[in-house]
Amino acid sequence: MLQSTNGRARTARAPGSDDSRGKHPTMKRTLARARSMPVIRNALRHAAAIALVTGAGVAGANAQETIKVGVLHSLSGTMAISETTLKDTVLMLVEEQNKRGGLLGKKLEAVVVDPASNWPLFAEKARELLEARKVAVVFGCWTSVSRKSVLPVFEELNGLLFYPVQYEGEESSKNVFYTGAAPNQQAIPAVDYLMSEEGGAVKRWVLAGTDYVYPRTTNKILENYLAAKGVAEADIMINYTPFGHSDWQTIVAEIKKFGSEGKKTAVVSTINGDANVPFYKELGNQGIAAQDIPVVAFSVGEEELSGIDTGPLVGHLAAWNYFMSVDSQENASFIEAWHAFIKDEKRVSNDPMEAHYIGFNMWVKAVEKAGTTDVDAVRSAMYGVSVPNLTGGIATMFTNHHLSKPVLIGEIQADGQFDVVWETPGTVIGDAWTDYLPESSQILADWMPPVSCGNFNVKTAQCSGQNY
Amino acid sequence: MNHIIRHRHRRWLVRGLLGCVLALVGPILGATETRADFEAALAGLDARDFADKLRAIAEVARSGDPRSETVLAAMLDGRLAVTRAGGRLVVLPAEHGDAVDVRSGAPVPGLGARQTSRVRINNRLRGVLRDAIASLRLASPDRVVRLDAARALVGGVDASSLGTLRDALEAEGDAEVRGVLEVALAMAEARSDDVDTRLAAVRAMAGSLRPEVRGLLREMGDEERESDPRVRSAARDALDAIEAEVALYGHLSSLYFGVSLGSVLLLAAVGLAITFGVMGVINMAHGEMVMLGAYTTYVVQTLLPDALEISLLVALPLAFLVAGLVGVLMERGIIRHLYGRPLETLLATFGVSLVLQQTVRTVFSPLNRSVSTPQWMSGALEINPVLAFTYNRLYIIAFSIMVLLALVVLLRRTRFGLEMRAVTQNRAMASAMGIRTSRVDAMTFGLGCGIAGLAGVALSQLTNVGPNMGQAYIVDSFMVVVFGGVGNLLGTFVGAMTLGIVSKLLEPATGTVLAKILVLVSIIVFIQRRPRGLFALSGRAAEA
Repeated sequence: MLQSTNGRARTARAPGSDDSRGKHPTMKRTLARARSMPVIRNALRHAAAIALVTGAGVAGANAQETIKVGVLHSLSGTMAISETTLKDTVLMLVEEQNKRGGLLGKKLEAVVVDPASNWPLFAEKARELLEARKVAVVFGCWTSVSRKSVLPVFEELNGLLFYPVQYEGEESSKNVFYTGAAPNQQAIPAVDYLMSEEGGAVKRWVLAGTDYVYPRTTNKILENYLAAKGVAEADIMINYTPFGHSDWQTIVAEIKKFGSEGKKTAVVSTINGDANVPFYKELGNQGIAAQDIPVVAFSVGEEELSGIDTGPLVGHLAAWNYFMSVDSQENASFIEAWHAFIKDEKRVSNDPMEAHYIGFNMWVKAVEKAGTTDVDAVRSAMYGVSVPNLTGGIATMFTNHHLSKPVLIGEIQADGQFDVVWETPGTVIGDAWTDYLPESSQILADWMPPVSCGNFNVKTAQCSGQNY
Repeated sequence: MNHIIRHRHRRWLVRGLLGCVLALVGPILGATETRADFEAALAGLDARDFADKLRAIAEVARSGDPRSETVLAAMLDGRLAVTRAGGRLVVLPAEHGDAVDVRSGAPVPGLGARQTSRVRINNRLRGVLRDAIASLRLASPDRVVRLDAARALVGGVDASSLGTLRDALEAEGDAEVRGVLEVALAMAEARSDDVDTRLAAVRAMAGSLRPEVRGLLREMGDEERESDPRVRSAARDALDAIEAEVALYGHLSSLYFGVSLGSVLLLAAVGLAITFGVMGVINMAHGEMVMLGAYTTYVVQTLLPDALEISLLVALPLAFLVAGLVGVLMERGIIRHLYGRPLETLLATFGVSLVLQQTVRTVFSPLNRSVSTPQWMSGALEINPVLAFTYNRLYIIAFSIMVLLALVVLLRRTRFGLEMRAVTQNRAMASAMGIRTSRVDAMTFGLGCGIAGLAGVALSQLTNVGPNMGQAYIVDSFMVVVFGGVGNLLGTFVGAMTLGIVSKLLEPATGTVLAKILVLVSIIVFIQRRPRGLFALSGRAAEA
C-alpha cells in the first residue's frame, strides 16, 4: 500500500535495515546474471536487435568508445505514470549533449532499464547498471522507498545517483545527489508566504494529508514550525485520509467549519495523487473559493492537473521550485526542445524534469572539470558547481549533496497552468536534516573534510557511522 | 458556424461603439475630473507590486467612472491584459471576438495570447476586487445582482464604504437585500466607539448564520476586546443562539452526506446484487464494468465537445450497452463453463478484470482522464450559509433511487423478470417449463453489468476516471450486498444507506481511517451473528 499511482509515495525505512547485502538469494542471482552478461552481449554484438533483446534503448553503439548514462525509472506498473516522463527527459538531455559534441570527446550512451515499480527490483537493476553495464552515472528513482532500496547498492559499488524528486529529507548519502526539494525548500517557504500580509495573513491551519510517511513527516515538521511561530494548538487541525480516498464531503465540511471561526484559514495539502481529484471537486462544489480558504499543495503539479477541470480551482496554490509557466529564456528553449523530442505539443513540463535538467548539466560540468568520469573525482568536482536553472537563476551544489533552489508559489489557472504569485528573493539551500524536529536539529551533513559525514551530530561531535 | 462568429463580432463592435460613445460623452457630462482620476488609476493596475495594484483598484473603484466596473470585473476574471507592443490596457473577450481597449473603448482586432500579457492577481486582490465590484453593483436595477453584491459585502465593509452602504440601504426596496445589507452595515458599525451603536449592531446581527458574524460576535464576547459588559453579554447570548442553530444544521448536513455516500454505494452495489445476489456469481470484474461506464462518458464528451450539457444523458444508455455487452460476452465465454465452481469463477473474473484494466491503460493511457461536469450539476443548492446541498450529489441520490425502482419493476412486472426469478429459484423446474435458462443467464449477467456501467457514468462526476477506479468500489459493493442479505434488493438498499449514514456520522468524531475500520469490524461481528445478512431469504428460496 505504500506506493501510489500518481506519485510521491515515500517510506522511511529504518536506516540500515537493508544491511543484509551480499547474502541474499536474489543477490546471487544477480551476480550470476552479471557474469553471464558479457557472453550474451558478445553473441549479440553484431545483431541489430540488441536494444530489443536487452530491453534497453541503447543509442548508436558504434566502434567509438562511449560514456554510459544509466536511467533507472519505472516504465511499467503503478509508478510508470510519473517516471516514464523522466526517462524521456534524460534521453532528451543525452541526445542534446551528443549534438553538442558529447563529453570528453566521447559520445554519451543512455542505458535504460525498467525496475517496474518493484522496490527490490530497483536494487537488482541498479546493480546491473553499475556492475554489468558499467555506467558512469545513474539518473533515477521517484519514491523514497525505491531510493532506500538502491542506496546500499550505490554505496557498496561506489556509484553515483541523481535523485530528482522533492522528498522528506533526513538523509544524505555520499553516493547520491538530491536535486529535488528538501522540506525547507518547499513546505516551510509556502507556510511563510501564507503567513505574510500578501498571502492573506493566515492564522489557522489545516494540515491535510494521505496517511503515510511523507505527509506525516512533513506535517510533523510544519507543526513544530508553526508552534515556534506562536500558532496555538487549537488553531491547527490535522487530518489524514487513506490512499485513493474518494468521499471528501465530511472533511471539506469540517474545513469549512474550521475556517469560519473568524480567523483567516488555509489548508496545507500533502494529499497524494489520485485522491486530489475528488478533493478539489468537492471543494469547488461546496463553494470554498481560494480567496476564502486557500489550499496550498505540495504534490500537485502540471501533470496532475492535466486530469482535472481546473475552472473552479483558480487561485488555489502549489509550492514548487519550477513551473512550466515561468517566463525565462532557458525555460522557453527547454519546453521547445521537449515538445520537439516528445513530438507532442500538448505535453507539460514539471518540477522533477527541471531537477533532472539541473542534475544532468551539473554532472556534465563536473566531469569536464575533473577530466574523467571516475566517481570520486566527479563527486569532489560536483561541490560548488553552478549551472543555470530553468527559472532564470543559478543552481549550486553544496557539500551536503543538496542544491540551492528558488521557491515559487503558483496559483492554479483555468488552463491547468500555474501563475507565479510569489518567490523567495534569492535561492534557498537545501537542508538535509530539518531544524524543526528535535531529533534531527543537531545533525549536519557535510561531505568535505574535516567532517566528511552525512549524519554528523554537532553536539557529540560524532559521525553516527551509518553511511547515510 | 460562420455567421455565428460574425454575429459575435458585430456584438462586440456594438459594445465597442457604445464604449466610444460613453468615453466621448463622459467628459461632456462634466466628469472631467473623474475621468482623469480613472485614467491615472488605470496605469497602477498593471504595477509590478501587488500593493500598488491594491491601491490602484481602490482608486478605480472610487473614481465613479462608468467603465470601472467592467475593468475590475475583467481583472477578477483574469481577462485584463496589457499589449506587449505599446502597453495598452485591454479587456480580452470571454470567448470569441476582439479585445477592447479600456481607455478608448475601441475594439482591438487580432490580439492573441502572444501579443498580450495578462494582469496578474492573487487571492488577496481577488477578495478586494470582489468587494469593490460588489459595492459598485449595489446600484444595479437587477435584484439578484444586488443580493449577490450585498452578500459579498458582508464582512468586507470598512469605514470608507460605510456611506455608500447607508445610501444603498436607504434606496433599497427589496426586503431580502435589505436584511443582508443591515447585517453588513451592523458588522461595520460593531467597531464603532459608541456603546449604543455597538449594542444595536449586535441586535441587528442576531440570528444571522453568516460565518463572519459568528467570528465577530465571538470577538465581541471576549473581555480583552470588548470593554462594555452589556455589549459582551448581548454578544454572547446572540452567539449561543446562533451556535445552537448551526449545530442543528450540522447534524442535518451529516445526514445528507450519509445518504449521499449511501446512494453511491447503492449504485455500485445494485448491479452486483443481480450478478452475485441473484445468480451467485462472484464477479471480481464488477468494478471494471463501473470503469467502462465512466470511460464511455469520457468518450462521449470527447466526441461531442459542444454538447457538454447533455453528454451525461447520451452516455447513460451507451454505458449500459457497453458494460452490458461486455457482461454478456463474459458470461457466454467464461462464466457459463464455471457455474457451481465459485473459486474458479472468482479467479477467472479476477483475470478478466486485469485484462480490462490493462486494455484501458493501453488504449487511453495510464493517466486519469478529465471528465467535465455540466453546468446544471455544479455548485450547490444553498438553503442558508451553513446548509447547502451539492447538486451533483442530489442528482446522484435521485438517480440511484430511480435505478433501484426501475430494477424492482423489471423483476416484478415483466416477463423477463419472471423468468429470471424462476431460473434462479429452481433451474430444473424452469427449464422443464420451457424457459431457455442459458439465455436468461446471459441476459441477467448482462443486466447486472449494464447497471454497473450506469454507476460508472454517475461516479465519473465524483471521482477519478482512470484504469484503477473500479478497484476502489469492488470491496464496498460486496460488503453492501453481503450485509444487506444476498438475493434481496431491499436489503441492498437498506444496507447501502446504513453503511453510508453510519460511516458519515462516525467520521467527524473518529476521523476517516478509524471510521472505516470501525465499520468493517462491526460488519464482521454482524455477519458472525447473522450470516445471511439483514434481510435473509427464508423458506425454499433460502435453500436454493
